[in-house]
Amino acid sequence: MELPLPELPAFDYLHASSAQHALEQLGGSIARTRVLSGGTDLFVQMRAGSIAPTELIDLKHIPGLATIEFDENSGLTIGAAATMNAVARDPEVQANYPLLVRALETVASYQLRNRATIGGNLCNASPAADSAPSLLVLGSRLTLESVGGQRELALNDFFKGPGETALTPGEILTKISLPLAPTGWKGRYLKLGRNTSGDLAIVGVAVLGFPDPEPTSGFRFRIALASVAPTPIRVADAEELLETTTLSDESIEQAARIAQDLARPISDARASAEYRRAMVFELTAWALKDVRQMLEEEA
Amino acid sequence: MKHHTISFTLNGTHEIRDVRSNLTLLRFLREQLGVMGVKSGCDTGECGACTVLLNGEPVNACLVLAAEIDGGKVITVEGLSMDDQLDPLQQTFIDHNGIQCGFCTPGVLISAKALLTRNPHPDRDEIKDALRGNLCRCTGYVRMIDAVEAAAKEGN
Repeated sequence: MELPLPELPAFDYLHASSAQHALEQLGGSIARTRVLSGGTDLFVQMRAGSIAPTELIDLKHIPGLATIEFDENSGLTIGAAATMNAVARDPEVQANYPLLVRALETVASYQLRNRATIGGNLCNASPAADSAPSLLVLGSRLTLESVGGQRELALNDFFKGPGETALTPGEILTKISLPLAPTGWKGRYLKLGRNTSGDLAIVGVAVLGFPDPEPTSGFRFRIALASVAPTPIRVADAEELLETTTLSDESIEQAARIAQDLARPISDARASAEYRRAMVFELTAWALKDVRQMLEEEA
Repeated sequence: MKHHTISFTLNGTHEIRDVRSNLTLLRFLREQLGVMGVKSGCDTGECGACTVLLNGEPVNACLVLAAEIDGGKVITVEGLSMDDQLDPLQQTFIDHNGIQCGFCTPGVLISAKALLTRNPHPDRDEIKDALRGNLCRCTGYVRMIDAVEAAAKEGN
């Protein structure tokens, strides 16, 4: 019996046995070649006809590309092909980066997260990427590899636009590195969706705060937003304001206003731009107040 | 288009097959292996009707290539019952009327089975969370949650 639904368009599925092997295949091919990890975005885009690769190189089985390693001195290294569930279930990630675990658990469904990878989430470069705000406030860096060698890049410099990244043709993302989370940090990821069942974010806000005697407020803050600009963004001006003034409801609301002004949302099926802007203010203030309360309880 | 020889087990039976690159696990199961318990809903990983266990973990079969299951273990709803003996979850779904039209049921059972394997005593919120990726348009969620809760109480 034939299904009524269309098949995936034709392509050749190829295995890569090593990153070098994948890069050679990717670099040496004149065909429209794409890398495959979880496929949860790729296959959907292929079915929709928005991309039509003729070759897919599967990165999942490259040794080391799906490993998750924590080092007490240097922090966390996540292989680009590690699935969201593998990362969220990792005991070291749970103990040291619960903010990231919380963000991953808001993505789609459990079964989807068994395939979806962190690397894919970042390379797909959706403005709504749920892993991005938390990875941004945690100061993540990326390792990009090509036949010519490898380079490192701050995640903040990786996103270039909807679906666009700093990756050059023939280059792949192999590792996501997170420094040790700052001592005494508290964090929140607030995601507003049309429902609580794994829809894409209308607005996503990650806030991280930690004590530091140097700035006036006695704390440092990092704020990142998803789904309200062409890329996930950090809100550096609001972070600076919260460090250079005494922490209060007023300064928090001022910071939230800066975030709202920086947001450049669009109207789509999920929400209007106007609503998104209003919610950036509300959620940023909410997350900051939560984090402030947690920091004060600790102090 | 490339073809791939894959070796895998389906509901405990070893199989070797030849598949083309663009064949999804969903179509492979239904069209070539006649496993009709796996349902085709959205083909985009949203509805969960095609949920199967791949190496013990639930996945959306519409977003997995047949070529990717080489060396793997696939369990579908057909693999839950043994020799006319229903899985305890299947029985509690019957007892609690957790089924209406039945289209989502195979995927729901697989997600619930995977939940009880990794967490034998989930609370209601954990059950809801595990079933988030399985849409029921008859909206029979409460009875499904009751059924999973009952199966967990029975110690499965």
